[in-house]
Amino acid sequence: MDYLKAFLIGGIICAIVQIFIDKTKLMPGRIMVGLVVLGTILGFIGLYQPFIDFAGAGASVPLLGFGNTLMKGVKEAVDSEGFLGIFLGGLKTCALGISSALIFGYIASLIFNPKTPD
Amino acid sequence: MDEKEYESYVKKVTPTTSLAKNMFMAFLAGGIICLIGQVLINLFIKMGLEKETAINYETLILVFSAILLTGLNVYQKLAKHGGAGTLVPITGFANSVGSCAIEFKKEGQVFGIGCKIFTIAGPVILYGLFSSSLLGFIYWIYTLFSH
Repeated sequence: MDYLKAFLIGGIICAIVQIFIDKTKLMPGRIMVGLVVLGTILGFIGLYQPFIDFAGAGASVPLLGFGNTLMKGVKEAVDSEGFLGIFLGGLKTCALGISSALIFGYIASLIFNPKTPD
Repeated sequence: MDEKEYESYVKKVTPTTSLAKNMFMAFLAGGIICLIGQVLINLFIKMGLEKETAINYETLILVFSAILLTGLNVYQKLAKHGGAGTLVPITGFANSVGSCAIEFKKEGQVFGIGCKIFTIAGPVILYGLFSSSLLGFIYWIYTLFSH
């Protein structure tokens, strides 16, 4: 059941975003920024965590989940540190995603060469 | 040809099936990536890890795999068919980081890789951080009055 939910929900989110891409011709970068920002908003109003609890990886793997993780970090840090938490929380919870992408990305740039279009 | 005729002509020659097909491919690609994520999470939980830790390892593996496939020029080929299905998951973010770093390595360590690795990651991190901090500020004000 876990697997079916992850597949269906994750797939549906991507299919909906595909409509946006086809209808608006937005560049991938803008789509990604939009998803992360939307994720922070959904996290802020408390909708996204229940959604993750329901859909598992179907909700956490899309970049919406990345935004939710950011928001979660800020909220938790505000709860424990007050005002400073606004600046402490975000990068803490999404550190793994950012660090791993940058570190592996850098290593990849040392190993691989750009492919010339054929 | 008047305006109405032109509109119906445009409608006729614009491929209508492509959106449905693109959506299906995005659904399939995105669904499979999320399914792999779920398989990894469940596997790590079965191995005795906490849920949070299991999710972290899952993210790590997805990001690593996506960048490896990017270096091997495989992810780009998948993305050609998968569209949003390969863009929306965290693997799409990883792909954009890896592909920018690789593409601009000729321009040097600092101004090539160092700058260009953030081409997509930069805006994503900046605006994600900005909006979460802004909302965090609102949340902070809320906590002042709720205690």
